[in-house]
Amino acid sequence: MHYINPITIAKQCTCQNQTDIEKFEKLGEILSMYKDEPGSLINSLYVAQTIFGYLPDKVIKFVASRLNEPVIKVFGVATFYSYFSRFPRGKYTIKVCLGTACYVRGGKTLLEKVKKELGISIGETTPDGLYTLEIVRCVGACALAPVVVVNNDTHRRVKSNQIPEILQSYISEVSNEN
Amino acid sequence: MNVTISIDGINIEVTDSTTILEAALQVGIKIPTLCFMKDLHKEGICRICLVEVAGRPALMPSCVLYATEGMKIITDSPVIRRVRKTTLELILSNHVKDCLNCERSTNCELQELANRFGVDSWRFDEQIENRTIDDTSYSIVRDSGKCILCRRCISACSEMQSVNSIGIISRGSHSMVTSGLDSLADSVCVNCGQCAAVCPVNAIYEKDEIGFVEKALSDPDKFVVVQTAPAIRAALGETQGLPPGTCVTGKMVSALKIMGFKAIFDTNFTADLTILEEGTELLQRLEKAIQFKDPSVKLPMFTSCSPGWVKFLEHNYPDYTDNLSTAKSPQQMMGTIIKTYYSEKKGIPPEKIVVVSIMPCTAKKFEARRPEMTSSGFQDVDFVLTTRQLGKMLDKRGVDFINLPDSSFDDPLGRSTGAADIFASSGGVMEAALRTVYELVTGRELPAEKLHVNGLMDIHGIREVSLTFENCLERYTWLNGVTAIVGAASGLGNARKVMEKIISGEKSYHFIEFMACPGGCISGGGQPRLTDDIVRMKRFNAIKKEDEGKKLRKSHENPSVMDLYTAYLGSPCSDKAHHLLHTHYTKRGLL
Repeated sequence: MHYINPITIAKQCTCQNQTDIEKFEKLGEILSMYKDEPGSLINSLYVAQTIFGYLPDKVIKFVASRLNEPVIKVFGVATFYSYFSRFPRGKYTIKVCLGTACYVRGGKTLLEKVKKELGISIGETTPDGLYTLEIVRCVGACALAPVVVVNNDTHRRVKSNQIPEILQSYISEVSNEN
Repeated sequence: MNVTISIDGINIEVTDSTTILEAALQVGIKIPTLCFMKDLHKEGICRICLVEVAGRPALMPSCVLYATEGMKIITDSPVIRRVRKTTLELILSNHVKDCLNCERSTNCELQELANRFGVDSWRFDEQIENRTIDDTSYSIVRDSGKCILCRRCISACSEMQSVNSIGIISRGSHSMVTSGLDSLADSVCVNCGQCAAVCPVNAIYEKDEIGFVEKALSDPDKFVVVQTAPAIRAALGETQGLPPGTCVTGKMVSALKIMGFKAIFDTNFTADLTILEEGTELLQRLEKAIQFKDPSVKLPMFTSCSPGWVKFLEHNYPDYTDNLSTAKSPQQMMGTIIKTYYSEKKGIPPEKIVVVSIMPCTAKKFEARRPEMTSSGFQDVDFVLTTRQLGKMLDKRGVDFINLPDSSFDDPLGRSTGAADIFASSGGVMEAALRTVYELVTGRELPAEKLHVNGLMDIHGIREVSLTFENCLERYTWLNGVTAIVGAASGLGNARKVMEKIISGEKSYHFIEFMACPGGCISGGGQPRLTDDIVRMKRFNAIKKEDEGKKLRKSHENPSVMDLYTAYLGSPCSDKAHHLLHTHYTKRGLL
C-alpha cells in the first residue's frame, strides 16, 4: 500500500467548524486508508487530533475499532507521546523550554511568570480556551536560550518582564480577527 | 552455532541462542531475577539480573544477553551487589511498603530479593503517584501502589491470552499498568487471572471472599455446603508444603469437614452431569444438521465450562455465542442442584443454604455473579474461593493438613467418575464427552487404550482428532459412516487461532473444547504460584492418575447422576433439565 502522509491530510482539513458527526465521518474515511497498514497508529492519532483538536476517549475508541487494535494499545500510544492531548487545548500552546541551556539561563523563572500571568499550571488551559501551558525539554535552539515557543513562533532570549507583552500580542491578534 | 563462554571462570559451550541467565544455570549459578519469567516474559526491564561482561563498560541484563564466542562473564562482584541493592531501593521507593498488612508478605518476590540483598533502610524518599485501586471487577483487583512495572501481567494478558485488557499508559516515572479508558469490570478483561498468577508482588490479585465464608460458617442459621473443582485436588497440597503433583483429595475433604462445612460435595459430580447434558445437546445438533439438513443449526459446538473462554467469545466473537453449548458449567450446575434437588431432598430451605465453591479459577467468581445464574430462584453459587485462598483459610484455621487422614465426599452429590477428574486438564472435557457419546451411540466402549484418546489431552497447543461412527444403534443409524472432527485448545491465544481458522473456513470441526488457561484448569489463574511447564505437567499427571485409579470412568456410569435423572430431572435435556442446567449468553463486543 502506498504511504499516506498524515501531514498532507491534516493540511487539507477544514474541520474546525464541523459537527462531531461530520468529524467522525471524515476520520473514518481516512482511517479506512490506514487500516491494515503496519505502523499507522501514530499517523492515525495525528489525523484524529488535527480533526478534533484533541483526543477525547470516544475518539481513542473509534481509532481502535477502525484499525482493529486493542483500545489499551491506542490509549498507551496516545498517552506516551507528549504531542497528543486527551483534553481540549487552547488556541495558543505556550511551550516554555526547560532544557539545560534554557534552564540555567532562567527558563524556570519564565515558567513561574507565565503561570502567574495566566493563572494556570502545566498542562492546563485557560478558561477562555486561549492558552495551554506546557513545558518542553529542549527545542534545539540553545543558542537563543531561554526560549518560549507559542504555536509556531519561537521567542528568543526572553526576559521574564517581556512575558506579559508576548501574551498580549496574541490577545490582540484574536481581537483583530474579530 | 555453538560458542564457548566463561562464567565466573568456568568455561562452558552453549548455542548462540542461549542467554547468559540460562548458561549460568547450566554451571550451577542462579542469577537473581525479578521481571523475568520463563516461557513468558523476557524483557530486561528490572535490571536485577545484571552481570559484568569483560570489555563492556556497563553492566548487562543477563536475561536478554545472548552468548557470543569468547564472552567472559562475572555474575557476582562488589559492584554488582551494590547496583542490585540500589536498583531494589529505587524500585521500593515507588512501592507501597505496608508489607505487614500485605496479602503477599512472605510470598513476595520483591520482599524476598530485598531481604537477600540486605535492603535495611529507605535511602530514597517514597514517591507513589496517584495510587489507584480498581476493585470494580468481581474477580480481579488491581493496586497501582504495589506495581513495580515488570509487565509480566501484560505479557500474560496480551501475548499468552491475546485478551489485551491491560497495558502500559504514559511514560517514564508516570507509567502505569491500567485497563485503559474503562475500569476492569467494564473492560474486555475475561477474568482468567493469568495476570494475578504471574504478578511477583501484590499489584494484581483475586477478590477476597474469605471473610464472607467465615461469617457464614459461624452463622447457626446457615447451612454452608462446599464444592471442590476437579483441579483443586492436584494443586491444594502445594499451599501446604507438598510437592506439585501430589493428589490430596481425601485430605482436602477431611480439612473441609474440620472447617465446619455441613456437606462436602464434588464439582466432579456435576462434571459428569455436564457430559450428559452437553453430550445430548451435541447429538441433537448433529442429528438436526446431518439427518434433517437444518441450516440453522450452529456447528461446531463449543464447550462452555470455562468462564474465561465464554466471556472472551462474547467480547471477541459475538456472532458465535450460539455455538456455545447452552449447558452451564459444572460449578453453576452444582449450585442449582444444591438449592433445588438437594434442598428438597433434605428439607432445608434454599434461602438457608450457602454454596461455597473452591475453584482453580478467578473467572468463576464473575460467573457466579452473572445475573442469569439464578435458576434455583436464588444466586446459585454464593461465594467462590481460589485454591490459594482455601490454602490461606487452612493456615488460618490451623489445619494440620499433611497429617490428616483421608475422608470421602458426602452423598449424593459427591460421587463421580474418572471422566470428571480429567475436566481439569486441557482436552479432558472432550475425552470425557467422547467416552460417553461414543458408547451411547454405538453401544460399545470408546476404542482407545486406557480410554485415553491418543493426542487429545495435553498441556500445550491445539489438538485435533477424528472419530468415525460405524454400526450405530438403531436410534442413531444416521451417524453411520460419519467422521466427527473434534478439537481442543487451551490458552486464549490458541483459542483465537482456532477461531480465526474457523472463520476463514480453513478448518471445520463438529465439537471443540476451549479452556481459557494454558493447559486447562490445572494452571488456572487461582492456582498456587508460580505455574511453569514442569508444575503444569506434574498436576496433569496427577489428574490422569486419579482418573485411571477409578473403577467408573465414564460419566453415564455415575449412579448418583442416574438417580438424579430418575428422581428429579427426567432425562438429559428434558424441559426441567433445560430450565435448571442450561443458560444463555450475552453478545458483548469489544467496546
